[in-house]
Amino acid sequence: MIRARGLARTFQTRRGGEQVTVEAVKGVDLDVEAGEIVGFLGPNGAGKTTTLRMLTTLLAPTGGTATVAGHDLASDPVGVRRSIGYVSQSGSTASAGVKAGEEIVDHGLLYGIDRARAEARGRELFEQLDLAGMWGREPKTLSGGQRRRLDIAMGLVHDPGLVFLDEPTTGLDPQARANLWVHIAGLRQRLGTTVFLTTHYLDEADALCDRVLVIDHGEIVAADTPDALKRQVAGDLIELVLGDPSHVSLAAEHLARIASDSATDVNGAVVSGRVPSAGLELPGLLRSLDAAGVALASIEVRRPTLDDVFLTMTGRSLRDGR
Amino acid sequence: MNFFSATGIVFRRQLRQNLRNPVWIIIGLAQPVLYLCLFGPLLKPLASQIGTSNAYTFFVPGLLLQLGLFGALFAGFGLVSEWREGVIEAERVTPAPRTALLLGRVLRDCALVAVQGVVLIALGFAFGLRGDVGGMLLGLIITVLLGGACSSASYALGLATKSEDVLAPILNSIALPVMLLSGIMLPISVATGAPKWLVWLSDVIPTKYVVNGIRTAFTGDLLAGPTVWAFAWAAIFVAAGLWIGTRTFRKDA
Repeated sequence: MIRARGLARTFQTRRGGEQVTVEAVKGVDLDVEAGEIVGFLGPNGAGKTTTLRMLTTLLAPTGGTATVAGHDLASDPVGVRRSIGYVSQSGSTASAGVKAGEEIVDHGLLYGIDRARAEARGRELFEQLDLAGMWGREPKTLSGGQRRRLDIAMGLVHDPGLVFLDEPTTGLDPQARANLWVHIAGLRQRLGTTVFLTTHYLDEADALCDRVLVIDHGEIVAADTPDALKRQVAGDLIELVLGDPSHVSLAAEHLARIASDSATDVNGAVVSGRVPSAGLELPGLLRSLDAAGVALASIEVRRPTLDDVFLTMTGRSLRDGR
Repeated sequence: MNFFSATGIVFRRQLRQNLRNPVWIIIGLAQPVLYLCLFGPLLKPLASQIGTSNAYTFFVPGLLLQLGLFGALFAGFGLVSEWREGVIEAERVTPAPRTALLLGRVLRDCALVAVQGVVLIALGFAFGLRGDVGGMLLGLIITVLLGGACSSASYALGLATKSEDVLAPILNSIALPVMLLSGIMLPISVATGAPKWLVWLSDVIPTKYVVNGIRTAFTGDLLAGPTVWAFAWAAIFVAAGLWIGTRTFRKDA
């Protein structure tokens, strides 16, 4: 569905009177198969949106090639536009002076669909996206989640085989987010739509995506299934909170015996380290700590998250970049 | 996607938004109407001094230019807020030609200026404006052309800057001197006692010739030099405005 090779974009800006070239995207290779839901993960400024804008013909690449939905990005941008749907971060509809139903019909008309079909398709989408009864409403009177679903309906009016969603759940409350995930997953289930979405929420990528591409500083640093990515992080994290802070070095010694690379981290009364499998290692660890007379206030075990993956790949947390 | 049908779709959508909220059309008309009602009567006793027999036949063409200039010059603000709502991007990912996205909006502005112009001329009539009907129609056409040029350029500026804060000072610093130096309210001519430097300064403002041309047209002199010049300048403005607008809309934004 998408095949990009060396896709790059540089911007010319002035900094202190000097011409500076900023490499927003440094040469991205990516492949998305038909029917996949692929997450594009990275902190703000990593090049997510720039890549997305190139793939959707909104921004001309300064390097590389791409084929999107069977059309060459450089030679047939109109063919690309005809075959894709795009839901931007900022929305797609005016807030006042228009009605939700009119917006979707007008949008369909711009794709060359006749009025009757655009309206039928719009009403069908409203039904599927839980927007029934919103046809005659002004978009500004809709809730955040409804407005977002309206944006998605706008992107689907011409039955595209491939949809780009730019941070679809940013700014929504947890309930509306979970609801939107169900709808996005339903797109593929019902229509076989390929979905390419950007996000900086790890749980979103985890819950929704078959594959995750991690981008940082304009380069793809990882591409795999969420589980495989998590396996790249060396195991589960064990955090021991000590009752007596003077025992930290003793506790660290015991944890280091079972930790991957014997690496432990001490932070105040908290000793942490990664082990290949916490379930297998924990009973032995507790026994040996007990025998050494190290009292624990609490213990925590954490399965690796995509945030940990990001930290391992880039040496910094996703949240730092935001 | 056919260029003309795409233009029509954008035009219809834009116009429908305006008609739902006609208060802006009325506000756009308020300025020239207030000038007509509150300033026009002051010109009446000065008619012979400014070299005309009917003060309103002199004054209404100036107000028409003001309408075309100001009504359309600030169209870019609407585009910035549309861009912020994501409407522009949503339209740009459709197969519709990007020039059609511009032209649909420009034609909407032309339609509004035309309607406002008719209302203004009719009100002028009530105050005592008399003139040639064909000439007034030509004056209206020139006004609409100028409005189209201004709105196109304003959209280009709006799309390029995407910021009201940048747009406002630029447009205001163009609009006010242009309006004052076009001789909209009073003639700027040595014959009526204007200082030479001011006349020279106004001579380099093309909109002065547009106003003079509309005035000449109102008297029924459709083929006179000033009328032809006004039409020529309006055509040049339209060409320039559409060129810069098209260029900006076709580029990455």
